[in-house]
Amino acid sequence: MTVYLLCFILFLVGLYGIITRRNLVKIVISLSIMEFSVFLFLALIGYVEGGSAPIIDPATPGGIYVDPLPQAMVLTAIVIGLATTAMLMSVIIRIYRKYKTLDVREIKNLRG
Amino acid sequence: MKGMTLIVKKTTQLIAGLVFLYGIYVVLHGHLTPGGGFAGGVIIAGSFILLTLAYGSDFMKLTREETGTTITENLAILTALLIALAGLIFGAGIFFSNWLPAGKAGELISAGVIPLYNIFIGIEVAASILTIFLALIIFKEEITK
Amino acid sequence: MNPLIPLLVAVPLAGAFLIMILGKFVKDINKYIATLTLMFLVAATLVLMAGTGSDVAVYRLGGWDNINGIPIGIYMVSDGLSGIVLCIINVVGLLSVIYSFTYISRYTSENNYYALFCLMVAGMNGVVLSGDLFNIFVFLEIAAISSYALVAFGVGRTELEATFKYQILGGLASLIILFGIGFIYWRTKTLNMADIREVMGSETGKPLYLLVQMLLLCGFGLKAAVIPFHAWLPDAHSSAPSPISAMLSGVLIKAVGIYVLIRLFFNMFIISNETAVLITTLGTLSMVFGVFLAIGQWDIKRLLAYHSISQMGYVVMSAGMGMILLSKGIKPEVAALAVAGALFHLINHAAFKSLLFLNAGAIEYRTGTRDLKEMGGLAALMPATSSTSLVASMSISGIPPFNGFFSKLIIIIAAIMAKFYLLAVIAVLVSIITLASFLKFQRYAFYNREAANNGNNIREVPFPMVLSMVLLTLFCILLSLIAIPQVRDVVLTPAVNVLIDPHLYTSPILGM
Repeated sequence: MTVYLLCFILFLVGLYGIITRRNLVKIVISLSIMEFSVFLFLALIGYVEGGSAPIIDPATPGGIYVDPLPQAMVLTAIVIGLATTAMLMSVIIRIYRKYKTLDVREIKNLRG
Repeated sequence: MKGMTLIVKKTTQLIAGLVFLYGIYVVLHGHLTPGGGFAGGVIIAGSFILLTLAYGSDFMKLTREETGTTITENLAILTALLIALAGLIFGAGIFFSNWLPAGKAGELISAGVIPLYNIFIGIEVAASILTIFLALIIFKEEITK
Repeated sequence: MNPLIPLLVAVPLAGAFLIMILGKFVKDINKYIATLTLMFLVAATLVLMAGTGSDVAVYRLGGWDNINGIPIGIYMVSDGLSGIVLCIINVVGLLSVIYSFTYISRYTSENNYYALFCLMVAGMNGVVLSGDLFNIFVFLEIAAISSYALVAFGVGRTELEATFKYQILGGLASLIILFGIGFIYWRTKTLNMADIREVMGSETGKPLYLLVQMLLLCGFGLKAAVIPFHAWLPDAHSSAPSPISAMLSGVLIKAVGIYVLIRLFFNMFIISNETAVLITTLGTLSMVFGVFLAIGQWDIKRLLAYHSISQMGYVVMSAGMGMILLSKGIKPEVAALAVAGALFHLINHAAFKSLLFLNAGAIEYRTGTRDLKEMGGLAALMPATSSTSLVASMSISGIPPFNGFFSKLIIIIAAIMAKFYLLAVIAVLVSIITLASFLKFQRYAFYNREAANNGNNIREVPFPMVLSMVLLTLFCILLSLIAIPQVRDVVLTPAVNVLIDPHLYTSPILGM
């Protein structure tokens, strides 16, 4: 149970970062922290007590394996996270070139 | 972009080939061991990124390389999609069906079309990560210029 | 199994990759590939809808059948509801591509534009067709990431700011959704929506069930821009290039937001009264606040974006009324009417809101401004734009005989029959304020002759842009035919039946 709680705390750390940080890069880092907490949670729910990696060895049939589906989900989600982060970083580089700053307080053309 | 010192260059020279080979190993054994297309592709891209960072490159060369990686990436993923579509024609006639003989479990050439998916996804992931990397350094070069 | 179901996702993907390869070598091939792809999708959707009719068609990818009634593998499901949403996506997509021919030629890298457009359509088709939660998440991300890139396509100051906000909030929404999916998998060890309904059916009212419902409501509510989660929508939808604004407002928030909410809360969860009331409240709030935020806007596209929030409020409120009645188990025919009103308004909103965004794009294309105060007297200079936007404005404000009137009428009748008199009054009032807001748009943009100081080089927009606007106007008029009961039985009733009776949805998937 503790491990799930730690995972949730990590999620809140990321959320805190997104809300309070002013630097665009730090906001993206906070989003990544949240992302990894969710990945950790997904990896944890697939764990089976005493299970081994889910690869069936023809030599030793039977045995306990961990659930492979959450691992596939985490892998897919990591790929998606990679795409989002790359996209965000390239947008930040462009923003820096236009505004000459990374401070969210000075990037406010859109209001109302 | 400037290269790094002689020590880094020499070490990279020794390591990059091994990293590349290890990536290919992970891709080819995707259906037998942990790893597969995505993990292997990232490792392969890592060897190219090491070389670019250590030896440096000029702006024109980078943009040419980015065009190359974009085309490779799209060709690879298109081939993977065509293999899936071929399932509609061969075998059971179902999208994504495994239309090649399954072979014996645990051998390198087995599991039907899954190794083929792994290979093309490996190429696609390597090319796309390299594209992202090149795009980001091209941005950086444009700013410093 | 109908092979058209996976092709609806595979063909636009292949189109996107082909554009990126061939577009480097052959000039102008990008727009032809994109048009052909979208034409194929429209044809395939119509064939699929005609073939399935009121059935629920299941496609088991890779041929993995059920084992002991438990679904393994990835299933794609096509029923009446997904048919309607597929039609919206692909028809609006085709018209937006035709509109883009001349509109987008002032930007560089057209290849990337058309490839991302095809990817976005593939993502939305995938969301609508997939039968399990995790694939909804994956396709939703495909659609969302390509829309992030398309919003930033102009790479100006406002575009980049809007896309940054959109990406952070969109990323947050995706993580909340993934968290919810994780909890569901933890509890049920399945991801198939029909199977989840069976397994979790006995747990209604338990804390975990409520937590999952709230997580998914927040996540997809953020994607659908329901009112407390709407902050990103006006920025993103007004900064994008106009055909993309039409896609985002007309299609994307419906396919990845409203569609999934309706599907989950009718077909996957066993709805409790409290959740239904919460959803109705959220819908009513977006309806009211959206229109009040819209009325003060002077930027055309921001005004239209706020109206999207308000009109989506009608859909959510009407669907919520249906949920309340179903959860109480009373008046099933009124619940069916409310759901039918919601779906009818969903279709209509796609037609008139995309048309309005295309009009705004045409005005911006010729005058170079989006500020209502700087326009005027365009009715004489741009007759096609002016007349089509008049139809769309009357349609959105609910003037008979245009389509918006009939769907709002059905929603109001359903509210009165269900004895939600307050909601009926609010719906009428919001419609009147909408009318006021669009009178302002019409007057300042097209008829205000004193302000017409830019009359020299403004003329009608090129033919492809006029063509898509005129076709959408025809849809605005023809869609009012759905109000006739015989037509409604063909178009809306299969979708309504699947939503009202979840057994129709679950049994073909579970093979019972």
